[in-house]
Order: sequence, then C-alpha cells, then structure tokens
Amino acid sequence: MRTLATQYAREWFGGVGRGAILCRDIVSSLFRAKVKWNDVIYQMYFIGVKSQSVVAITGAFTGMVLCAQTAFQFHKVKMDTATLAVVSVGMGSELGPVLTGLMVAGRVGAAIAAELGTMRVTEQIDALRTLAANPIDYLVVPRFLATLLVMPLLTAESICLGILAAYVVAVFLLGINSTYLWYNMLHYTHMNDMLTGMIKTFIFGAIVAVVACDKGLNCPEGAEGVGRATTEAVVYSSITILVSNFFLTLLLQKMLP
Amino acid sequence: MIIEVRDLKKSFGPLPVLQGVTFSVEKGEAIAIIGVSGGGKSVLLKHLVGLITPDSGEVSIDGRNIAGLDERELMPVRRMFGMLFQSAALFDSMTVEENVAFVLSREHKSTPEEISQRVEYVLDLVGLGGTQKKMPAELSGGMRKRVGLARAVAYRPQIILYDEPTTGLDPIAADTIDQLIIRVVEKLKVTSIAVTHDMRSARRISRRILMLHEGRIYADQTPDELFQSKDPVVYRFVNGISDLKEKDAK
Repeated sequence: MRTLATQYAREWFGGVGRGAILCRDIVSSLFRAKVKWNDVIYQMYFIGVKSQSVVAITGAFTGMVLCAQTAFQFHKVKMDTATLAVVSVGMGSELGPVLTGLMVAGRVGAAIAAELGTMRVTEQIDALRTLAANPIDYLVVPRFLATLLVMPLLTAESICLGILAAYVVAVFLLGINSTYLWYNMLHYTHMNDMLTGMIKTFIFGAIVAVVACDKGLNCPEGAEGVGRATTEAVVYSSITILVSNFFLTLLLQKMLP
Repeated sequence: MIIEVRDLKKSFGPLPVLQGVTFSVEKGEAIAIIGVSGGGKSVLLKHLVGLITPDSGEVSIDGRNIAGLDERELMPVRRMFGMLFQSAALFDSMTVEENVAFVLSREHKSTPEEISQRVEYVLDLVGLGGTQKKMPAELSGGMRKRVGLARAVAYRPQIILYDEPTTGLDPIAADTIDQLIIRVVEKLKVTSIAVTHDMRSARRISRRILMLHEGRIYADQTPDELFQSKDPVVYRFVNGISDLKEKDAK
C-alpha cells in the first residue's frame, strides 16, 4: 500500500515537473524561435472550427437545463424574471469556461496526445530532431498558441448559445416575460463576470495543450502506450481544469470583486 | 577524426547498456557496428546525434563534445547528420516530396525550383523517381526505407547514420538498400555508420566493422579479418551459432 502511494506520488510530482519544464521550453521557444503561423492557423482550424459543434451543443443544453431548474425554484418565490440573470452569470463565469475546457480536453487533448504519441513510438519525433527541427518549436508551440487563441472564442460561443437557448426556454416554454428577463440579466450581469470566464478559459486552454503535449511527447512504447497517453491526457487535463477552477474562482473574486 | 567516442557509459534504470565504449571514425570512412539484438547498437548510434544523453564519457563531432549540449545547441551539430531509421520514420502527414524536402524547405536557402530539382535527383538516386506526390502509407517497407535514405541525403549531410537498414526487408529489397548505401558513399563522399546484425550487409557496405559485446567494443577489424577471426565470441556471432546447446548441457 505504502509502495503504491509512493509510486503514485512519484508519478504525480514527475508529471508536474515535466509540465513545468515543458512550459519553460514553450516560453523559451516563443522568444528564441520564429513562430510558424501557417501551422498555428491549421491547428486553430482543427482545434477551433472542428470543436464548434460539440461546444455549441454543450453550451446550449447546459443553458437550457440551468434555465429550467432555476425557473422551477425561483417560481416558488416569485422571482421567475431573474432566471436569465442566473443563467448569464453562471454560464459566463463558471459553466461556459469549465464545460468548454472539458469538451476541448476530451476532443482536442486526446487528439494531440494520440498524434504526438504515435509520432514518438514510430520514431518520427527522433527523425524531426535529427533533421535539426526542435519538436517544441515545430509541434508544441503551434498547438499551444492555437489552443490558447481559440479557447476564448469557443467559450464565448458556448456562453452566447447557452443564454440564447435559456431565453428560448424561458419565454416560449415557461412563458416568462421577455422584457423583464432581459432587463434583469443586463442589470445583474457585470463585466467582471465575463472577464472572470475569459481569464479562466485562457488558463484552461494552456492546461489542455501542456498536458496533452506532455503526455504525447513522453508516451510509452507501443500501441498500449499511445492508448494510455491519450486516456491520461484527457483525465489529467479534466481533473486539473476542475481543481484549478476552484482556486481561480477564489483568486479572481479577490482580484475582480 | 570526424567522430570520437571516449569511455561512453549509459544505463537505463538498473540495466547497464554501454559500459565504456571507445572508438573513432575518420572523415569519409564507411563503418558498420554489429552486435546482438538489444546489445546497445541503436543506443550508441543515437548518442552520436545527441538523441540520447550519456551518463558519462565524451562524444566529439568534428572536435566538439556534444555530451552536455541542449536541444538548441545541438541543432547545428545535427545538421551535419542524416539518419535512416529502422522504421524509416517518414512523416505520415506529408507527401514523399515534402518528407525529402523537409530540411531544405525549412532553411529557406534554396528556391522552390532548386528544392524540387534536388528532390528529383535524390529520389532518382534511390530509384524512386516519380513518387513525389505519394503518401508514405502508399509505399511498401522497402520503398519507405529508400525514401528515408533520400531524405537523409537530400540536404548534403557530412555523416549518414543507418539504424538497421535491412531489418524487416526481403532479400531483394535488402540487397537494393545495400547497393544504395554503397552508391551514396561513393557518389556523395560522406562518412557512413551503419548499425546492423545482418552480417552479409555489414560486409558489403563497410570498410571497417566494430563489434559491440557486453557494452564495449569487442572487435575493431576489417570485414575480411572479422570473418576469418577465430575468437569464439566473434566466430559465433559472424556464423550465427547459438550457445543454447552448451547452456542446456551445463
């Protein structure tokens, strides 16, 4: 039992250490090497455009269910018209960034880890290095920048669709007055709520890219290794997003009251 | 000396792989490194190009010790090398042409026409002219190795490393690769180091053979000397004689 705990602790600290070294290498590459913007744009297409459907569906249905539940509870205290304000603040500062982060971790994190992992086990990363190309410059930085740039856009899309879907449910399904809904939403939603969400999503993007690239680049040998790296990329980035979200909420509440 | 390796040691966990390897290679020389599978030949080859960092010892390339260099410092050193990997390691998202032109395109020193001509020349050299637009998945194992060889020579490196160039190929394809390696050495006047356990191939493509045994260079001889050696370890390896019966008798 103790050996197992030691092994887990060693793996965890090893992973954190590798992640920190990868972050240092990415920052170093940004300053010392020329960014290949063509690669960044291709990755933005793959990560951003191709993730839109999953992010849109997640955002819309989360907004709808949040609206319905809030309206049912608020109806008891005659506060139905505050429903959209709750949806807006909830989606903007918490659910939008977190759910987008989790969806991107599942779709993009897995794809990045599998692609880099396969490249590693088939010696393509060693080949890159012998061809005088640094894998950090060539593979990691474009994926990192692309994830960082598309995450706020995807999150904004998810939030907007969530609010829109909630509005449709509130007005057309639950019969709540649309004028008061809009008025209360605009009154109780502050710029800081949205800013909190945008800061979080930026950080979640970095988490997904760094964890997925680290798992791919350090993938164990064989098909089993690639499978394990892919699973770990999704699990570890999802857990890191959920845990860091709590601390970010506390921190940003202090910074952006 | 273009390559000098001194007292190179490397272990993976508790397993010592290289236990003090020392040898040198002169410019333009063609050598083969032989030894049993899992004996550290590929590990030794990867040390030469800085893909693996040694535990101790020196690896000097053109007079510069590369043992402690980081990835960015190693890049100009690696530019001197071309490497043919055991699995060819072609980039599967790129066409044959993009694979072969990889370094030239990134360096921005040649025009697209010059790059295209160079790709055509090296693909002709390996007998694969006209395959520029094919994807690696459309090629056979032997063809992939030939494209790997074309990629390794395309940017005119000074040293070419071959990691098990004929492993996994049928005898005809293996013979083709051997002929191509000989042609590359003769035409391009490069230093060539091949790691193999294919004795026929080692004899044909090299002028000197090093035998790696128990983590050290056990023999350093010309092919003829090695094939006539009476040393039991060398004799057994060269003639493919297992010691299983002796072990069973004990």
